[in-house]
Amino acid sequence: MKKIIVTFTFAALANGLAAGDWPGFRGPLGNGVSDEVGLPVALDAKKHIAWRIDLPGRGLSSPLVVGDRVFVTASGGTRQDRLQILCLNAADGSVIWQRQFWAMGSTMCHNKTSIAGPTPVTDGRRLFAIFSSNDLFCLDLDGNLQWLRGMTLDYPNARNSLGMASSLVLAGGVLVAQVENDSESFTAGLDKQNGMNLWRVDRPKSANWTTATVQKTVSGTEMLLLQSGRGIHAVNPKNGKVAWHYADGASTIPSSALADGVLYVPSHGLTALELADDGRSFKQKWRSSRLRPDTASPLVHRDRIYSLNSAGVLTCGDIDSGKRLWQLRLDGPFGGSPVVADNHLYVFNEEGMVQVVDLSSPEGRIAGEMDLGEMIQCSPAVSNGALYVRSNRRIWKIARKTQL
Amino acid sequence: MAALGFAPFGQAAANELDKSVAALRAVGGEGQGNTAAGRALQRLAKGGAGTLPALLAGMDGANPFAANYLRGAVEVIAGNTLAKGGELPLVELGEFLLNRSHDAKPRALAFELIRRVDAEAAEQLIPGLLGDPSVDLRREAVARLLGQAEGLAKAGNKPASVLLYRQALDAARDLDQIKSISGALRELGRKVNLTRHFGFLVDWQMAGPFHNKDRAGFESVFGPEKNSELSASYDGMDGKVKWQGYSTGDEYGMVDFNKPYGDLKEVTGYAQTEFVSGIDRPAELRLGCKNAWKIWLNGELIFGRDEYHRGMRIDQYKLPVQLKKGGNTILVKACQNEQVEDWTVQWQFQLRVCDATGTAIRSSTKKNREVAAQ
Repeated sequence: MKKIIVTFTFAALANGLAAGDWPGFRGPLGNGVSDEVGLPVALDAKKHIAWRIDLPGRGLSSPLVVGDRVFVTASGGTRQDRLQILCLNAADGSVIWQRQFWAMGSTMCHNKTSIAGPTPVTDGRRLFAIFSSNDLFCLDLDGNLQWLRGMTLDYPNARNSLGMASSLVLAGGVLVAQVENDSESFTAGLDKQNGMNLWRVDRPKSANWTTATVQKTVSGTEMLLLQSGRGIHAVNPKNGKVAWHYADGASTIPSSALADGVLYVPSHGLTALELADDGRSFKQKWRSSRLRPDTASPLVHRDRIYSLNSAGVLTCGDIDSGKRLWQLRLDGPFGGSPVVADNHLYVFNEEGMVQVVDLSSPEGRIAGEMDLGEMIQCSPAVSNGALYVRSNRRIWKIARKTQL
Repeated sequence: MAALGFAPFGQAAANELDKSVAALRAVGGEGQGNTAAGRALQRLAKGGAGTLPALLAGMDGANPFAANYLRGAVEVIAGNTLAKGGELPLVELGEFLLNRSHDAKPRALAFELIRRVDAEAAEQLIPGLLGDPSVDLRREAVARLLGQAEGLAKAGNKPASVLLYRQALDAARDLDQIKSISGALRELGRKVNLTRHFGFLVDWQMAGPFHNKDRAGFESVFGPEKNSELSASYDGMDGKVKWQGYSTGDEYGMVDFNKPYGDLKEVTGYAQTEFVSGIDRPAELRLGCKNAWKIWLNGELIFGRDEYHRGMRIDQYKLPVQLKKGGNTILVKACQNEQVEDWTVQWQFQLRVCDATGTAIRSSTKKNREVAAQ
C-alpha cells in the first residue's frame, strides 16, 4: 500500500494535482482508498457537519476536491435538462462559480438515478464533466469553458433510457468516455485539449454503468481496464487497441478495484486477476462467490477485500486466497461505494445513514453512525481531513471541528 | 451577425465580437471547430455586460453546440459583472425576451438573467408569456395561472376557477402541469380530453406477428416494410397476416400489440395510420416506446432504436419531419424480446404529431383527396 501512495504522490504532482486531492470517481487510485488520517469516527451531526449547502439540482455523482475547491455536478429544470457544474469553497461551502448548460442528449432516466450520474474527473488544471445525456464539458478550474461535446448528437443511438452512469477516467494523458448502451455502444479516447476523438471503439451492445480502472505498468505507461458484461478488456489508452481480454463475463453495475497489480472483478461473485507488470496479460488468481458485491463496488485495503451484498452485509475476504474472513451486518441498501481512510470504512446507505466500520477490529465493528436524512447514492470524496457527500438536494462536508 | 444593431461598443469591437461568435457557430459534430471556439470564447468572455444581447442574438439559428458555447460566455460575463458590482442591461435583455422572432432558448436565458437581478421585473413579465414559443417561458405563465385558479377554487368561485384552469390547460405543454390542471378540472366536475390535448394518434391498422427470434426481427425486412398497402397480405410467424383495424381508448394513446395478438414474446408487429395535413409543414413525430422500434413517414425511414425495456415516457423520442399536404403514411415497427420478467410484458407505443413546442397538430377531418384538391 505504501508503495502505491508514494507512486500516486509523484504522479499527482506531475500532472497538476496535489496529495490530498480527490480527482475522480473513487479517488486518486480509482479504488476508494485514501491516505487521509484523522477523519471523525464517532460521528455527531452537531460536531462534525462543517457545512451543508443546497444544490440547484439532483445528482449522484461524487464531489471532487482540488486544493481548497470542491467541484460537483447537478441536473435541474422540469426536464432535467439544465446541466450544472459548481465550484465551492472547501472552507465554508460558498459558491465560487456555477455554470449551467443545456442538455443536448436524452434526459430520460430511471427515477432513482439522475442526469448528473457520472462523476467528473480532473487533472488538476481542467475539469471534465459528463452527464447521462452524454454531454461533456471541459472547463478550467475557474469555470471558463474550454470545449464541449454532445455525443448523443454525434451518435444518435448512444443513449440509455434508464440513464448512463460510467464516470470519466484519465489514462495515459487521454480522457476516456464510456458510452456503453444497448444500441450504439462505444468507448472513446478524447484529446484533453479539444475534446476530439483520438480513437473510438465499438463496445458490447449492452447497458453498462461501470467505470474503468487504470493500471500503471512497470514501464510507467498506463493501461485502461474496461469492464462490461463480456468481462474485462485491457485497452491501450493511446490508440484503443485491446491488449488482452478476460472473457468470462462481469457485472455491469459495480466496478472493479485495482490494488497492488491485482484487479478484483465483480465476475462470478468476485474474481481476482493478477495483471502482468507490462500490461500485456493476466492470470486468474482466485474466484469467490461468497464475496459477490451488489451495487457498491468492492474495496481493497491492506491485505483485505471488502464487498457489500444486497442484504447490506459487509463481507471481508483475504486478498491472497479470496477466503471469507468475517461478515458484519450493516444498515443498507447501498447505492454508493464505500471509501477507506485511516483504517476505517465509510459508507452511506440510501436513506442517508453513514456508517463507519473500524477495520482494525478482528471482525469489523461499527464505530460511528450519523443520519443525514436524505437519499444518498454517491461515493464520498475524502480530502484534507474531511468527507464530502451529496444527495439530490445538498452537499455536506463532514470533518472534525479542528479542521473546519 | 446582429451585433451592430444595438452594440454599445465601437465598430472594431463589434467586428471582433461578430468574428468570435462566428467561430462558435462554426462548431460541428465530434468536436470539429472546438479549438477555434475555445479561443473565441476566451475573447468573448472578456467583454462587458453590453455584449450580452449580441451574444444572445448569436444563438438564433445556432446548433446546440454553439448555443452552449455562447451560454458559457454569457454566464461568465454576467457572473463577473455582478461580482464586481456592475449591472446587467435589463432593458435590452427585456426587449430581447419580448421579441419572439428570437429563438426560444436565448429568450429563456434572457429571462433567467432578468430574474437573477430583478425578480420583480421578471414577475411583471410572466403573464405575457402564456402561449410563448419557449416551453420554459410558457411554463412560468401556466404556473402563475394555476396558482390563481387554485386560489379561486379555494375561495369558492368555481366558474372563474374553471375558466382559468381551461386557459392554463390550453397553454400547458409539460406533462406535470397538464396532469395537475386536468386533475383539478375533473375535481370541479369538468371533462378533459387529454388524448386530444396531446394529439395522440388513436386509429391504426396493425399487421403481425412476425418473428423476433434472437432479436433478429429489428433488422429483418418483413412484408409491411416492402409494401404497406392495406390490401396486402404477408407471411407472418403463424401463417398469412393481413392488416386489421385497431383503435385505442387509452387516454395517453397507448397502442398495445398485446391486445390483438396476446402476450407474445420474440415477435415483431407493425402499425400504420394516415395523417392528413392541411399544408406542407415541418412537424415532430413524438414517440414513447420501450420496445425496439423503427418508424417511417411516407416510406422514408425516420429513425430506429434497438433498446428493450429500459423505460418509456411521453415524448421520449422527438423526431423532426416534414409533412406534405394531404395524406401522410406513418408506419411503426415494434419488436418484443425474449425477457420474461413482469416488467417486460409491454409491447406497445404511443405517438403524436406536434410542432416544436409540443402543441398538437391534428389530422384533418377532411379526407385526403379533399385536402389534396384544395
